[in-house]
Amino acid sequence: MPFGRKPKEFPSHLWTQCPNCGEMLFNKQLVRNHSVCTKCQHHFRMAARARIELLSDKDSFIEHDAALVSGDPLGFTDSKPYPERIAAAQAKSGEKDAAIAGTALIGGHPVELVVMDFEFMGGSMGSVVGEKITRAAERALASRNALVIVSASGGARMQEGTLALMQMGKILSALARLDDADIPYVSIITDPTTGGVLASYASLGDVILAEPGALIRFSGERVTSGTVGEKLPIGFGKSEFLLERGFLDQIVPRPQLKERVAFLIGAFRAGQNDMRWSL
Amino acid sequence: MSMLDRIVGTKKIESNGHLADDADLITDSSLIAGRVSAWDAVQAARNIKRPHALDIIQRVFDNFQELHGDRGFRDDPAIVGGIAELDGRPLVVVGEQKGASTEENIARNFGMPHPEGYRKAIRLYRLAEKFHLPLITLIDTPGAYPGPEGEERGQAEAIAKAIFTMTRLQTPIIVVILGEGGSGGALALAVGDVVLAMQNAIYSVISPEGSAAILWRSPSEAERAAKAARLAGPDLLDLGVVDALIPEPAGGAHTDHEATANAVKRALVAQLTRLERVAIPELLSARYERFRSYGALADTGVSDAPPPPAPTWRKLLNRMWPK
Repeated sequence: MPFGRKPKEFPSHLWTQCPNCGEMLFNKQLVRNHSVCTKCQHHFRMAARARIELLSDKDSFIEHDAALVSGDPLGFTDSKPYPERIAAAQAKSGEKDAAIAGTALIGGHPVELVVMDFEFMGGSMGSVVGEKITRAAERALASRNALVIVSASGGARMQEGTLALMQMGKILSALARLDDADIPYVSIITDPTTGGVLASYASLGDVILAEPGALIRFSGERVTSGTVGEKLPIGFGKSEFLLERGFLDQIVPRPQLKERVAFLIGAFRAGQNDMRWSL
Repeated sequence: MSMLDRIVGTKKIESNGHLADDADLITDSSLIAGRVSAWDAVQAARNIKRPHALDIIQRVFDNFQELHGDRGFRDDPAIVGGIAELDGRPLVVVGEQKGASTEENIARNFGMPHPEGYRKAIRLYRLAEKFHLPLITLIDTPGAYPGPEGEERGQAEAIAKAIFTMTRLQTPIIVVILGEGGSGGALALAVGDVVLAMQNAIYSVISPEGSAAILWRSPSEAERAAKAARLAGPDLLDLGVVDALIPEPAGGAHTDHEATANAVKRALVAQLTRLERVAIPELLSARYERFRSYGALADTGVSDAPPPPAPTWRKLLNRMWPK
C-alpha cells in the first residue's frame, strides 16, 4: 500500500496479545476472565483493586490506613528525588503506596486483607507497606480475624535504605505474635515476588499458595547470573519449581483462589471452635 | 522512648554517663571527629585485613566450642557459632565469617551464607533460648548467597525463619555489626535488644554496586549510591538503626586487632550486664517496640475511606434472612 498506513487490525485499547501463546485477547473478555488467557491459561499481572474484588465478597471490603504516605528519611536522590518518584507513582496509579489494606469477608469469613500493587514502584516495601501490614496483623490479633496477604513485589524499597530493611523485622515481629495466638495467616504469592518480601512474610504463611507461572525468587536474574556467571535453566524460580522443591503448599489457578482461601480459613476456624480441644 | 532505652541508656539519656564510662561507646554522631566519607567506610568495612568473626570470638571469649551443622544438609562455613564464655558467663555466639585470604574466602564463600547456614543459626538461637543463655551475633556479610543452589534450598524461607525466630527468642540478644551488614542476609542475625556497630561498619538494604546498577544503571556509580544510601555508622546512629558505635583504633580496625577486640569486649560486657537485669517478658515487649517504631510515615489527614453503602435490596434481604 503506497499511501497511508493500514488501519491497525488489533488496536491496543481493545486487544491484548498473550505473551505466552500469542493469542489476541479482547480486553473486556480478558478482564471478565480475571486477566487469565482464555486459550492457554497464562496469568497476567492483576491490579490490586481488581484483586480485592476477586477475593472478597461483594461490597464487603472496608479499607484502612488509606491516608498513610511515605516520608523521605534519607533525603534520597538518584536521577530524581524520592518524593518526586512517589508523587509520579501516585499520579499514575491513584494509590498512595504499594499496598492496600482493609477488612473484608472471604466466603463469609471475616479477614484482614492486604494486597500489594506491583504497579506502584515495583511493589517495593518501604515504611508505608511495612506499617500497613503490621497494623493489619495487629488488627487480626485484636479481632482474631484471619490474615491474608497477597504479595507482588520486587523487594525492599532502596530509597528508604535500612529503614526499609527494618520493615522486615517489624512485620515479622507482629506475625510472631499472630502465630503465638494461633490466628491463621494465609500467604498468596503472585507474579513477581522477590527479595525482602519473599525473605520475610511471603514465606511464612501457615499455608502458602501461589499462582501458576509466577516468578518467585530471592534474588533477581541479574544478581544471580552476575554472581555465578551462568544462564539459569528455563522455569527456574517459577512457582512450579518452588512447589517441587517444597516451598509452596499449592499452586492455585486464579478463578479458584477465593474458594480455596475461604475453605482453608473455614477449616482452621472449625478446628479451633471444636470444644474437645479446649480445657 | 522504650523501657529498654531507659535501662540500657541510648543517646537521649547519654548524660547519665553510663555508656561513656563503661564502654566508651559513641552514641552521638555529632561527637565523631573526622567523619570518613561513605565510600571510605565501605572500603574500610570490606578490608580483608579487618578482624573477622572468628578473630573477635577468639580474642573476646574464653573456651569457645564451635558447634557445626544444620542437621539437615551440611555445615555452612560462612556461618560459625557455638558456646563460649564472656568474663566467665556462658553464652551462645553466632557470626558470619569472611576469610582473611583468597583461599580462605573461597572456602568461606566470601561470607555469603547458604540456607543451611541460616538454619544452623536458627538451631543455635533455639539452643540459647532453651538453656537460658544470652545470644551474641556478629554480622559481616556482603549478603546471602544469591546463586541457584541457594534458591533451590530456600534462601528466602531460611532468612525469613531466622528473623521470625529472633523476634520472639526468649533470651537477651546483643548484635554487633563488625564489617558489612548486607541486607536480609545480615538481618537474619541482627534482630536484637541492643544493636551495636563498629565505627567503620556499614549496614544497607542493598550493596552500593547493586543499587547503582538498578537506580543509576551503571555499577560505576557505586560511590554516589553509597552516599545516598546513608549506610555508614554515624548515619545508622542518626536513623536509630543502631544504638551505639564501638570506636575503632585510629586508622581502622584492621590496624590493631587486639585493641578492636578489647573495645568489643568492653561493650559486650557492659551491655550484657544491663540486659541481664531485665525480665524476659519486658525484654520481649521492648524488642517488639523497637522494631515496631521503624519507619518514616506521614498521615495525610484524609481519613479512612468510608465503607461503600450497601444497596437497598441487600439491606432488605439481610433484614429478612440474617447471615
